[in-house]
Amino acid sequence: MNKDLLFDFNVDKAAKTVKITREFDAPQALVWDAFTQAALLDQWNAPAPMRAKTKYMDFKVGGRRFYAMIGPDGAAAGWVVQEYTAITPITHFKMYNTFADQEENRQLPGSEWDHTFSEQNGRTTVRIAIYNESLARLEKMIELGFQEALTMTLTTLEEILKLIEK
Amino acid sequence: MKPDIFQAIADPTRRAILTLIAIQALTPNVMAEKFDMTRQAVSKHIKVLQECDLIRPEPSGREIYYHFNAKKMQEFDHWLDQFRKNWETQFNQLDELLSTLKKQKK
Repeated sequence: MNKDLLFDFNVDKAAKTVKITREFDAPQALVWDAFTQAALLDQWNAPAPMRAKTKYMDFKVGGRRFYAMIGPDGAAAGWVVQEYTAITPITHFKMYNTFADQEENRQLPGSEWDHTFSEQNGRTTVRIAIYNESLARLEKMIELGFQEALTMTLTTLEEILKLIEK
Repeated sequence: MKPDIFQAIADPTRRAILTLIAIQALTPNVMAEKFDMTRQAVSKHIKVLQECDLIRPEPSGREIYYHFNAKKMQEFDHWLDQFRKNWETQFNQLDELLSTLKKQKK
């Protein structure tokens, strides 16, 4: 990938906030769409080999996105509800992110996600601040991606072993 | 509910205690002196730190010395590192998507 695109990740432990800054080689309106449209979000918004599958998304203040994190085996590993709390088209939106069950029952508390978009010289900078009241939730968020990645590695290993056997 | 590391280290006094005992194991009495706090206040902080495994007690004679559990802190950093990697992967996926979308528009 583009090595010269800024990526900054830091954790303010005292403020319980994770701050992420990332530059994208695309105009702001396009990056905004990628963050706010279900069909586009589903193409990138889960770390491979996981993928996101949106059940429904109503991008307006008070509206929600309800999506599943699908593992490599095709089964849902977890569900997430994102409720939009503030929207200023193409520059800023805020949401309240919570884990949920498949019936959309939220597991509170969640975390507050703040997104800011700005463009300079055809490049868009996205700043994300994630405030977590509790680390337990952050741990779960990480574990979801991590365990699946591990399963994937082991599956790949099995396949390689099979090939060697033949 | 058991306190988690985030809650434990969000408190400035507890962060100071950790910084101090990372250098040298201390007894609650010495901690109270160094931070000019009551024994009761120190005990509260110790309880939180101990419950999330950030410190561990080691009796020595009649005194109890609290040691810093570096392994737990590393675990925490490991989680954060994993979280960072998750984002990196997602953003790389987004780079590809954006480049495809840009081509489609042309």
